[in-house]
Amino acid sequence: MKKEAIGVSVGMVVFIGIIVVKSSLYTVNEREQVIITQFGEPKGKPVTAAGLHLKSPFVQKVNRIEKRILEWDGRANEMPTKDKDYIFVDTYGRWQIIDPLKYFQRLRDERSALSRLDDILGSETRNTIAKHKLIEVIRTTKDRVPVQQDDILEADRTGTVGILPPITQGRSVMEKEIFEKSRAKLQEFGIELLDVRFKRINYNQSVQERIYIRMISERQQIAERFRSEGAGEAAKIKGNTQKDLKKIESEAYKEVQTIEGVADAKATEIYATAYNASAQTAEFYEFVRTMELYGEILGGKSTIVLSTNSDLFKYLKTVNVEKVGEDGAVIGSP
Amino acid sequence: MFEFEVGGRRVQLQVPKMQARLVLAAGAILLLAIGTLTAVYTVQAEEEGVVMRFGKYIKTEQPGLHLKMPFFIDRVERVKVRRQMKQEFGFGTRGHSNRSQWTEEQNQEKQMVTGDLNSALVEWVVQYRIDKPQEYLFNVRNADETLRDASESVMREVVGDRTVDEVITIGRQEIESESLQKLQELVNKYEMGISIDQVQLKDVNPPVDVQSSFNEVNQAQQERSTLINIANGEYNKVVPRASGEAEQAVTEAEGYATKRINEAEGDATRFTALFTEYEKAPEVTRRRIYLETLQTVMPMLENKIIIDEETKHLLPLLQLNPGGTQR
Repeated sequence: MKKEAIGVSVGMVVFIGIIVVKSSLYTVNEREQVIITQFGEPKGKPVTAAGLHLKSPFVQKVNRIEKRILEWDGRANEMPTKDKDYIFVDTYGRWQIIDPLKYFQRLRDERSALSRLDDILGSETRNTIAKHKLIEVIRTTKDRVPVQQDDILEADRTGTVGILPPITQGRSVMEKEIFEKSRAKLQEFGIELLDVRFKRINYNQSVQERIYIRMISERQQIAERFRSEGAGEAAKIKGNTQKDLKKIESEAYKEVQTIEGVADAKATEIYATAYNASAQTAEFYEFVRTMELYGEILGGKSTIVLSTNSDLFKYLKTVNVEKVGEDGAVIGSP
Repeated sequence: MFEFEVGGRRVQLQVPKMQARLVLAAGAILLLAIGTLTAVYTVQAEEEGVVMRFGKYIKTEQPGLHLKMPFFIDRVERVKVRRQMKQEFGFGTRGHSNRSQWTEEQNQEKQMVTGDLNSALVEWVVQYRIDKPQEYLFNVRNADETLRDASESVMREVVGDRTVDEVITIGRQEIESESLQKLQELVNKYEMGISIDQVQLKDVNPPVDVQSSFNEVNQAQQERSTLINIANGEYNKVVPRASGEAEQAVTEAEGYATKRINEAEGDATRFTALFTEYEKAPEVTRRRIYLETLQTVMPMLENKIIIDEETKHLLPLLQLNPGGTQR
C-alpha cells in the first residue's frame, strides 16, 4: 500500500512538472514576434528573436504578432482628378509591424490595422489625386520621346496622335507624396509603411465612352487620309502614264517624220539630178514617163477615139505619109 | 496495482508485474521508432529544405537525405526553388501549376490607360523563380500575391509612358524589357527572395469598342498600297509597250528611208542608162518606145473608134454615155 502511494505521487509530480514546463516554455518562429501579457497587461519587451523562450507559467499569455512584411490591397475607389476626370484608383501598399507593443495596445489585431490603412491611405490617395491632373497619374518619365510609325504620324491632323502630353510631377512623385503623408500618420500605431504604389488606374464608364469616341474618330481620320493618299498617288501615277505615253508617241512620230522627210528629200534630189541633167533628159523623162502612164491608166471599159491622123493609124489610109501629125486622142470613160 | 479516485469514484487498476515491463519496453521502442522517423527527411531534386529549431532558422539543405533533431524540435519547410513559376495577367490558362497563376479579375487586370490618355488591353505573363528560400519564407507574407501587385503596378507604369500605337505595335519588345528590369528592381527592393526570369506580352489590343477603327487604319493602309499598285500596274502595262511600238515605228521609218533612197537611186540609174542609149539613136528609140507602149495598151481597151480626118459630124452619133437618159 505504501509502495503504491509513492508510485502515485511520483506520477503526479511528473505530470504537474510537465504541465508547468510546457506552460513556461514557448517557441517563436521567424515569421512572428511575441508580446507577453499578464492578465491582459503587456509584460516586458516584445520578443522578436526566433527560438525557445521562457515565461512565467499559467499567468502569462503569449500573443503572436506578424513580423513579416504585409500587404495592403486597397479597394478600387472612384475619385476625380484636378481636371475633373473621374477615375478608379486601385493602390497597394506594404507595411510592417515595427513596434509590436504600440500595435498591440492600439489595434490589437490585423483587421483593425487594415481598416486604419484603408482610412489613411484611402484619404491620402484621394487628396493627392484631386491635386493633380490625370496625366500626372499615368505618366512617369518626363522626357520620354515616343517612338512612332512615321506614316501614322504624318497622316494625323489632330496633333494628338503619338504625342505624350507633358507632365511636371509624374506617377512616382505622387506615389511618394501619398506614401510620406500616410507614413507619418501610421507611425503612432507601431506600423511602418514601406511603400505605396498605384496598381490600377482606369476611367469610369462615362469618361471611358468619351475616350472611345475620341479614339475612334482619331483613327478614322487617319484611315481617311490613307485612302485619299492612295487615290491621290494612283492619280499621279495615271498622269505620269499619260505623260510618258504621249512623250514616247510624239517623239516617235517626230523621228519617223524626220527620217521619212529626209529620205524623201534625198530621193527627190537623186531624181532631179538624173532627170534634170540637160534639156534633153528632161524632155526624155517626160516622154518615157508619159508612155509608162498610158500603160497604167488605160484599159478596161475605156473608150479611145483615134484619128487616122495619129501616128499609129496614119498608115491605115495611105502608105505614104509625109507629114507626121500630133496625136489626136480623145479619151472618154464609159 | 494502482488505486486512485476520479470524481468520487474509486478506480482500481491492476497490472501484473511482467506485463508492466512489457508495456514499458513497447513504449520505449515506439518512442525510438517515431524519434528515428522524424529525424530523417529527404529534400527532393527541385527543392531546398529550410531547417528551423524551435522556430529559429538554422540552415538550408540541398536535395538528398538528411538528419535533424527528432519530434517537434527541428522542423523542415521545403521550397521548390528550381521550379519556374508563372503568373498570368488579363487571361488564365486552364489547369494552373501554382496557386497564384491567375485570378478572376482578368478584365480589370488588362485594362490600361496609355501615356496619350487612350485605352489598351494588355495581357502578359511573368515567369519567376524562388531564388532565396529564406527570404521568400520569412521576409514577406504572401510573396506571390505581392509579386502580382508589383507586376501590375510596373506594367501600368511602363504602359503609362507610351502611346497607344507603341503599346499595340512597335513598342512591345521595349515594354517587355523595361518592365522586366523594373519588376526585378522592385522585387529586389522588397527582398522577397524571388528572381524574375521573363516578362512576356501576350495579346495587346485596343479596347473592343475601338478595335474596328484600328483595323480600319490597317485596311486603309492596305488599300493605299493596292491603289498605288494598280496604278503602277496600269503604267507597266502601257508604257513599255508604247516605247516598243515607238521603236518599231522609227525602225520602220528607217526602212522606208532606205527603200525610198535605193529606189530613187535605182530609178535614176535606170533612166540615165536608158538615156545614154537613147541619145545614140533618139528618133528610132522614141518611136520604138511609143509603139511598144501602144502595143501593150491597145489590146486592153474594150472600145476603139478610129475616125477619118475628113469625116465630119461623127460626134453626135457616138453614144458616149450609154447609161444616160434615152429618148
